[in-house]
Amino acid sequence: MAIELPENVMVSRLDELASWCRKNSLWPMPFATACCGIELMATGAAKHDLARFGAEVFRFSPRQCDLMIVAGRVVMKMLPVLQRIWLQMHEPKWCISMGACASTGGVFDTYAVVQGIDRFIPVDMYVPGCPPRPEQLIQAIIDLQDKIQREGTITGREFDTSQRQLRKRALVDVTGVLQVDAARNPVIQRELRFPRSESRLP
Amino acid sequence: MAEAHSKDTVDSRADDAIESLAARFPGLESSTYRGQVRVVIGAGVALEFFTHLKQLGFNQLIDVTCVDYLEYRGATRRYGLVYLLTATGTGRRLTVRLFVDDPEPAVPSISGLWRSANWLEREVWDMFGIRFIGHPDLRRLLMPEEFLAHPLRKDYPLQGRGERHNFPVLTREDG
Amino acid sequence: MAIAPDQVTRSSSSGDGVREEDYLWTLNFGPQHPATHTTLRLVLKLDGERVVDAMPEMGYLHSGFEKIGEHLTFNQYVTVTDRMNYISPMANNVAWHHAVETLLGIDLTPRCKVIRTIVAELARVSDHLLSNGAVGLDTGAFTFFLYGFYQREVIYDIFETLCGARFTNSYTRVGGVSHDFTPLVIEKIRTFLRTFPKTLDDMERLLTRNRIFVDRTKGVGVLTREEAINGGATGPVARASGVTRDLRKDEPYLAYADYDFQVCCAAAGDCYSRYLVRMQEMRESIRILNQAIENIPSGEVNVGIEGRLALPSKQQVYSTIEGTISHFELSMSNRGFEVPREESYAAIEAPNGELGFYVVGDGSEVAYRARCRPPSVLHFSLFPQLIRGHTLSDVVAVLGSLNIIAAELDR
Repeated sequence: MAIELPENVMVSRLDELASWCRKNSLWPMPFATACCGIELMATGAAKHDLARFGAEVFRFSPRQCDLMIVAGRVVMKMLPVLQRIWLQMHEPKWCISMGACASTGGVFDTYAVVQGIDRFIPVDMYVPGCPPRPEQLIQAIIDLQDKIQREGTITGREFDTSQRQLRKRALVDVTGVLQVDAARNPVIQRELRFPRSESRLP
Repeated sequence: MAEAHSKDTVDSRADDAIESLAARFPGLESSTYRGQVRVVIGAGVALEFFTHLKQLGFNQLIDVTCVDYLEYRGATRRYGLVYLLTATGTGRRLTVRLFVDDPEPAVPSISGLWRSANWLEREVWDMFGIRFIGHPDLRRLLMPEEFLAHPLRKDYPLQGRGERHNFPVLTREDG
Repeated sequence: MAIAPDQVTRSSSSGDGVREEDYLWTLNFGPQHPATHTTLRLVLKLDGERVVDAMPEMGYLHSGFEKIGEHLTFNQYVTVTDRMNYISPMANNVAWHHAVETLLGIDLTPRCKVIRTIVAELARVSDHLLSNGAVGLDTGAFTFFLYGFYQREVIYDIFETLCGARFTNSYTRVGGVSHDFTPLVIEKIRTFLRTFPKTLDDMERLLTRNRIFVDRTKGVGVLTREEAINGGATGPVARASGVTRDLRKDEPYLAYADYDFQVCCAAAGDCYSRYLVRMQEMRESIRILNQAIENIPSGEVNVGIEGRLALPSKQQVYSTIEGTISHFELSMSNRGFEVPREESYAAIEAPNGELGFYVVGDGSEVAYRARCRPPSVLHFSLFPQLIRGHTLSDVVAVLGSLNIIAAELDR
């Protein structure tokens, strides 16, 4: 039984339609901390013009954004802020880790720098480089759009895969004594108060 | 013209600054390396010394920092504080050194003389754990409040002691 | 700029009379906020829209630069200095190796001095373009920022032609630079010097007498001369307050003594003066560049192989015995530089102010201590007194005009 369609009607899967809408209206939240932030600015500025790829609506409020671009190194004092902002963003949301420092700690293998933000928040796309060129960031955004179109579902099922991932972390206890004063660290306190599986940041 | 005149008088004063200092503070060690004049003072006379320096025209405190001589061959004292001073009228510079030791290293604060000392001394406290007696607000400047160590000491490892991993992990389900 | 409801200070008094806590409220600003540009935090105490007090907090980008400096050799550490004041990395490179060469007592070749002067001045232009552009951006002039950024791209392009990296250059080496100037680089710089003044004129016409901009910056954030000196301000911030100090004139390093240029100062000490000083300094930089680019001395760019300080060229390594020995010695650990067991401080006039390094040598080619004297820290510590009594919207104008760069602030 064939149904005849009018000329201006197209048939698609709902999932694909939703993904198509999402991928073409990415609103980035620039979490720019260091040098990569300047290249992020260059990507948005005159010569490279991110607007050509439909992701130029930079919004600084996490509530309005669905793509977090972490540009630059994230240090101990900044990580709770990063996690809080990530939790404030609405689903569906994605994260680009821009540059070597955000991805792995880069040249800063020191006491203060978090060795890759993917230890503590989910990351969808890594951009190598120190800092990456604007073209690389644009390519990452195009790839992410591709990924959204390929895997996206209207219910966000594709994000469920991460449930299979184990939580890697523990409070690393190198010398036998916890080196951070746990009583004064709100993050650790919260962790201790709630069982691991239901820990939440505010 | 008036500017130039005042410059000259200040200059001649700064030229014999070291001699007048030596006369006033006996036993002052001074040395010169690459044209940089350095004097070593004791913690006891520090406040009086810096007040005197300010009167001599050294009106800008450029930097306060510290060196931990724990692994330095031949060093006898552990912490060497460095004060870099400039006289903006003449452009003269002076480096003042002050040595303190474990345990409980402490020196008098000079934040009452130069405002710029306030944050610089906080940074030295944060990084080296040297107390500045009389400082109005001696908190950590760079590291989080709950941090316990003083990272620029030589007995603290470059990669830290695991503090950078002490955070909860967020996965997709947490969002 | 989210207002946390629990941060509104509540009164607990039961008596009569209005207390300060009844109407003052606290606003958290940063550390992730577009107008802070990078990561710094302010806790503002407000009376309505007026700022009563500000409590700056920093450290949100503290990465242990000085600790790394104790683990990398003099040549390796230059890559880390790139990431210090990341809107003018070239100036940091020059500052670091200036300090190292002061410690080691190396005298550069005339050609190297001029080349370093040129790249440092280009860095100054690109820094001022961004910092003034950011002031414009924060006060609502987006076009001005785009004009500035377009010219920054031209400077990026020059640096890329010169050393292969557009942004984090790591250009200098002990006793020299990594790449000599080529005719193409010189041609590009000449083209830039021809076209840039026109853009600068356009930018001035766009903003300098713009009513909105002038109203938002004039008389805002006034720093007096005494406060500037006492608070340790240097560079454009101090010069806008009438401190006639510029290390390029007062302690001429590199080739600055050979050029004719003026130190730009203003007396008012407000945000507008800081903007004007930066605009004028770009013109003076163009003057320096014009004199320098036409008078580059010929000859070797790096200190010679007999000095055994800078790596010899490939040509020398393969064709002369001295070159081979020198290359070998420098590549082996503990065979390279003769580092005195001494300590010294050397500073340059970076775009942001006096950028100096206090280097302690212990005989090895790794610094025992590499202290960086960052201008931003002292400028940021001046912030509370600059903002008191002004409105909330002036916060961004004052922050922008101080040009605080978090990576340099926190290191």
